[in-house]
Amino acid sequence: MADLLKKVPVREQDPKVRAANFEEVCYGYNEEEAMKEAQRCINCKNAKCIAGCPVAIDIPGFVSKVKEGNFEESFHIISESSALPAICGRVCPQESQCEGKCIRGIKGEPVSVGKLERFVADWARGKGLKPPAPAASNGRKVAVIGAGPAGLTCAGDLAKLGYDVTIFEALHEPGGVLVYGIPEFRLPKEEVVSAEIENVKSLGVKIETNVIIGKSITIDELIEEEGFEAVFIGSGAGLPMFMGIPGENANGVFSANEYLTRNNLMKAFLDDYDTPIARGKKVAVVGGGNVAMDAARTALRLGAEVHIVYRRSEAELPARVEEIHHAKEEGIIFDLLTNPVEILVNENDAVRGMRCVRMELGEPDASGRRRPVVIPGTEFELELDTVIMALGTSPNPLISSTTKGLDTNKWKCIIAEEETCKTSKEGVYAGGDAVTGAATVILAMGAGKAAAEGIHRYLSSK
Amino acid sequence: MYRIEKAELLANNIFLMVVNAPRVAKHCLPGQFIIVKIDEKGERVPLTICDYDREKGTITIVFQNVGTATEKFSHLKEGDFFKDFVGPLGQPSEFCKEDIEEVKKKKILYVAGGVGTAPVYPQVKWLHEHGISVDVIVGAKTKDLIILEKEMEAVAGNLYITTDDGSYGRSGMVTAVIEELIQNEGKKYDIAVAIGPMIMMKFVCLTTKKLNLPTVVSMNPIMVDGTGMCGACRLTVGGEVKFACVDGPEFDGHLINFDEAMKRQLLYKTEEGRSYLKFQEGDTHHGGCGICGGDE
Repeated sequence: MADLLKKVPVREQDPKVRAANFEEVCYGYNEEEAMKEAQRCINCKNAKCIAGCPVAIDIPGFVSKVKEGNFEESFHIISESSALPAICGRVCPQESQCEGKCIRGIKGEPVSVGKLERFVADWARGKGLKPPAPAASNGRKVAVIGAGPAGLTCAGDLAKLGYDVTIFEALHEPGGVLVYGIPEFRLPKEEVVSAEIENVKSLGVKIETNVIIGKSITIDELIEEEGFEAVFIGSGAGLPMFMGIPGENANGVFSANEYLTRNNLMKAFLDDYDTPIARGKKVAVVGGGNVAMDAARTALRLGAEVHIVYRRSEAELPARVEEIHHAKEEGIIFDLLTNPVEILVNENDAVRGMRCVRMELGEPDASGRRRPVVIPGTEFELELDTVIMALGTSPNPLISSTTKGLDTNKWKCIIAEEETCKTSKEGVYAGGDAVTGAATVILAMGAGKAAAEGIHRYLSSK
Repeated sequence: MYRIEKAELLANNIFLMVVNAPRVAKHCLPGQFIIVKIDEKGERVPLTICDYDREKGTITIVFQNVGTATEKFSHLKEGDFFKDFVGPLGQPSEFCKEDIEEVKKKKILYVAGGVGTAPVYPQVKWLHEHGISVDVIVGAKTKDLIILEKEMEAVAGNLYITTDDGSYGRSGMVTAVIEELIQNEGKKYDIAVAIGPMIMMKFVCLTTKKLNLPTVVSMNPIMVDGTGMCGACRLTVGGEVKFACVDGPEFDGHLINFDEAMKRQLLYKTEEGRSYLKFQEGDTHHGGCGICGGDE
């Protein structure tokens, strides 16, 4: 008899092999494995997992259909709440959301909701299933800024309600962080991301790339000249942060945004694409979040020895447990309780190393995490040729500085009501990283969903 | 897709193209730039705007064939398309935002080096259209590399052309002309604007600093997205880190750390050289030889 306390294990590419390629790490469940895992769901009456999901998917509903082998129906249940299930099944932090709330998790491992969602979405794509057709068009125009997770979700939901939606995307490809940020080995672009964007387009959503709102056209012009009745801003995180230590402008120091954009959006890892990327031999990634893990695992695949340099301890690493686990399996070296103080350069102003200090954890700070403090006299040098700063981002002022009456907070994030995503400017809604600062794909999708409802209520009463 | 309405060889290896991009043409101002990408696999290449026609919805770009991307561009003809063309990016020149009456009081000297003549042109033209006449120095290595002479003549006050080898106009570097004008010919200026290769802008700034002439430069560092997202274009300006794409591209030239900027510009030279050679010679040459000129 199967061990009901444990998840059905998921097959993965061997760590030694995958450390040298960009193919997907996780193979996902097959039909048999998925049905077996679905058996573990006890179909709670008061399902806590649904409340743990930012887009409130009927999780017991879709899982019970998997149990029966009715994958098509299962896909339709997911589609009612999410336009991007193959993406979410791969990149959501399930351990702190649906799976974190699962009753099974009290005594053993929670139901593998993420892997089941992924299975259903992949199965449906394989069968060519599309989300149900939208309501008849009501002819009312809504503009969505940014074709990332927030924008795609908002656009998809509004299109289902019959709105005429156009997404304006600054880059040359839609997808936002799904395309420039998250690497191929975690989220295949052609097979998964493009396919789910096509699903959103199949709802009637138009996507215009190469339009920078605030530069190519302003929000006021969208409303006054192009006839949009409402606007959703899902423009994403923004400008990369640096530490402000000496040597940071040396050649060989990159923001994680730049490094990942070159590799993922511009496909620098493929020989037949023109954009170059520095293939370091010894690389340090400074930071401990998911972006740091992505950058580290990318550098590893480009042939480097890679160190994660993080000033707190393993328990405080903000990255998902699964990402840390994968990174370790692949051979990433974790230099924890370590903080850089200077980037060392050679005579050509290129990186030759990094001076660091050892840290220890002191009293908890405002975030509740124990504050790292320097241990005096522990300076040492790491020999390196590349440093990647993965320290987060600060908001991009492009939109807020060009839109009259749009309020921002002291961190320059756009202020929006949580429930409706309404901003200080009439008809303008905002959500995702542009409002919260850098967060997750699924939180951005949750905001996109809330905004779609907010916009629908606003336009219905207008 | 963005149609090429006109493609012209301006000088040896320097090309002019007029591209249909109505959204950019409607909003752009002097000093701003665009990013262009030829096809799926091409690089995003930032280029300063040389001219624009709001009615026709077109943007004029000028580029020199210096690497894989521009080599590919150079083969495009009228009627061909760029896959991507985005902008306007960066901040417009300061005078676009100033009170025009204040601008009229200033004596402005433009200094253009080589292909830098292209981004200087729309500034001089804009000022001309607003009733302001400015002096322009255009410098190039040799006569054949002088571009947009007629166009510039039509909008500039005094136009001073100089070539390094003396084959046309005055003889010598633009810095020498600046000194001649101010020290020997009694010219007085309140501000200079210098646009060209970084090395030329650096030396112009050294000269104008000596002459106490405030100087604006337009920086062209490596960049990827052009919207502030990647930070590749960071520069040190007056001790602070600035992003050329969102804070610039124009800065106070006397505050720029040019040596750092020039070193940063060389970063991908090896990789770019490699990719250029692969494109030229197929798979037979893998670059990095250091003698083939791919690193130039």
